[in-house]
Amino acid sequence: MKRSLSERAFDIFNVLLMLILSFMFLYPFLYVVFASFSNPELLVKHKGLLLLPEGFTLQGYTFVFRNPNIYSGYLNTIYYVVVGTLYNMVMTCLGAYVLSRKDWLLKTPMMVMITFTMFFSGGLIPSFILVKNLGMMNTRAALIIPGAISTYNMIIMRTSFMQIPSGLEESAKLDGANDLQILWHVVLPVSKAVLAVITLFYAVGHWNSWFNASIYLRKRELFPLQLILREILIENNTSAMLDNASAQTLQDLATNKAWYKELVQYSTIVVSTVPILFIYPFVQKYFVKGVMIGSIKG
Amino acid sequence: MAKEMITQKNKSFLKKLAKDIKKNYVVYLMALPVIAFYIIFHYVPMYGVIIAFKQYSPALGVLKSPWVGFKHFKDFFGSVYIWRLLRNTVNITLNELIWGFPAPVILALLINELRNQRYKKVVQTISYIPHFISLVVICGIIRQFCGSGGIINDIIEFFGGTRQDLLAKPEWFVPVYVASGIWQGVGFGTIIYLAALSGISQELYDAAYIDGAGRWKQTLHITIPGIMPTIIILLILRMGSMLSVGYEKILLLYNRVTYETADVISTFVYRKGLMDANYSYSTAVGLFNSVVNFALLILANKLSKKFSDTSLW
Repeated sequence: MKRSLSERAFDIFNVLLMLILSFMFLYPFLYVVFASFSNPELLVKHKGLLLLPEGFTLQGYTFVFRNPNIYSGYLNTIYYVVVGTLYNMVMTCLGAYVLSRKDWLLKTPMMVMITFTMFFSGGLIPSFILVKNLGMMNTRAALIIPGAISTYNMIIMRTSFMQIPSGLEESAKLDGANDLQILWHVVLPVSKAVLAVITLFYAVGHWNSWFNASIYLRKRELFPLQLILREILIENNTSAMLDNASAQTLQDLATNKAWYKELVQYSTIVVSTVPILFIYPFVQKYFVKGVMIGSIKG
Repeated sequence: MAKEMITQKNKSFLKKLAKDIKKNYVVYLMALPVIAFYIIFHYVPMYGVIIAFKQYSPALGVLKSPWVGFKHFKDFFGSVYIWRLLRNTVNITLNELIWGFPAPVILALLINELRNQRYKKVVQTISYIPHFISLVVICGIIRQFCGSGGIINDIIEFFGGTRQDLLAKPEWFVPVYVASGIWQGVGFGTIIYLAALSGISQELYDAAYIDGAGRWKQTLHITIPGIMPTIIILLILRMGSMLSVGYEKILLLYNRVTYETADVISTFVYRKGLMDANYSYSTAVGLFNSVVNFALLILANKLSKKFSDTSLW
């Protein structure tokens, strides 16, 4: 196709605009990385864009890696992500499977019951009271059991199960397989893509969640990483930042080096976010796929 | 007569069910934990909203606490907070709608016009990144950038303004909240539109080209109508949540100084309920909010059914 002058001008403009936007999406993270290596006294005087660290120090990272809160937070988060996601997947697969049975007697009533919860809920306080009455306060179960199924994820999975040709299941049935066996040996093996997508949705949900932990947990040894991060980044809580710091460094910080707090905050952001950015390129396409599958239904 | 028929119908359904359970007991065993989950963690709390009409005390429990009728609702409607909460909630959602809703549509259209497929992929991948960073970290970054020594203040100073901690200024809360929300979500929001765009048939464009339509005209008459159903569905969903602002991000960004513009219904419910242990009162406020939301969703769906052929159900 031939292009007019104005169209070519638009193309150039568009390419440049996208370049600027990409820079804007990335730069905050680069800034944080540069700042985490910068000498805080120089950083505080620096104005405008930071394109390289100002000076160089690893002080921030020494604090972060000496902080036992970060380690316990990481371990707890790994626990919540692994166990929680596993539980989510078992429950979601069961629900999606029974709802994908075309001739099942309870399919419609159950579907109505489930869809209604997407539009109306008891709200924060009744759920809180329930968890309290079930004796789950201050237990890991509080972060895993009440959120067993995300209705949205289950419906995505159900849609995908329903597209499996029914011949596969019928022949398994003729061979004498029951439904649990059909789910395990027939349905799941051909649904790897949707399983990957939903697993990722749940895992990222557990990794990012902090609110439920903040209302259900008081014991520090159960805190997930995000809750520790909230203390350090949002509440500016120095004792959470600098557990185990020597008396000398504590005094340094208390007296004239308020900026060191920022240094520790920047380093903490880097340490807690790098794993995500590292696996991001590998899992990104599954998220895109997930949005697509979801939108077909929506 | 009619009643008899219904009971008879019920009876035959139960008979059928009993027979089916015997025959297909595995399906029922598989459904059992799922049904139990929905009853315990969705329907019990839904029943629990009756404490909005009671004076709940943890010692007496949900069932035995005394009824007080609409007392908590009257208290809320008579309180000094209600207007501030409603105003802030509507203000934040409206701003998110006006600025945040068109943003991914425009970005998707621009990305779609990129000719180099490699470059297009790279731009898309980069634009999704902020979506994957946890909210706590994002809010930590926002705090650093908006602080009086932060980079945003460098820009403000460059243009002749004075340095100030933006998150301590009520008039800055909504702009910071909405702008950061767009920054975090716009890239990921394009996915659904780009999917719709790729579904538009190339033949339409070829025909338009032969008829002499330039790219601008093609966008106007083919591309935008092509993604209109998607836009409308997403718009209905948005309208339905007009009075529900998520509390998580606000809890991480607001403080006593900015309550004036930042405190919304859901954060108020959180503070009254979980901080002050005022369970019944905050449940009443939350119930008012969910009922209004539910009504808005139905209304939005009706409107869209009337004016276009798209609807949620």
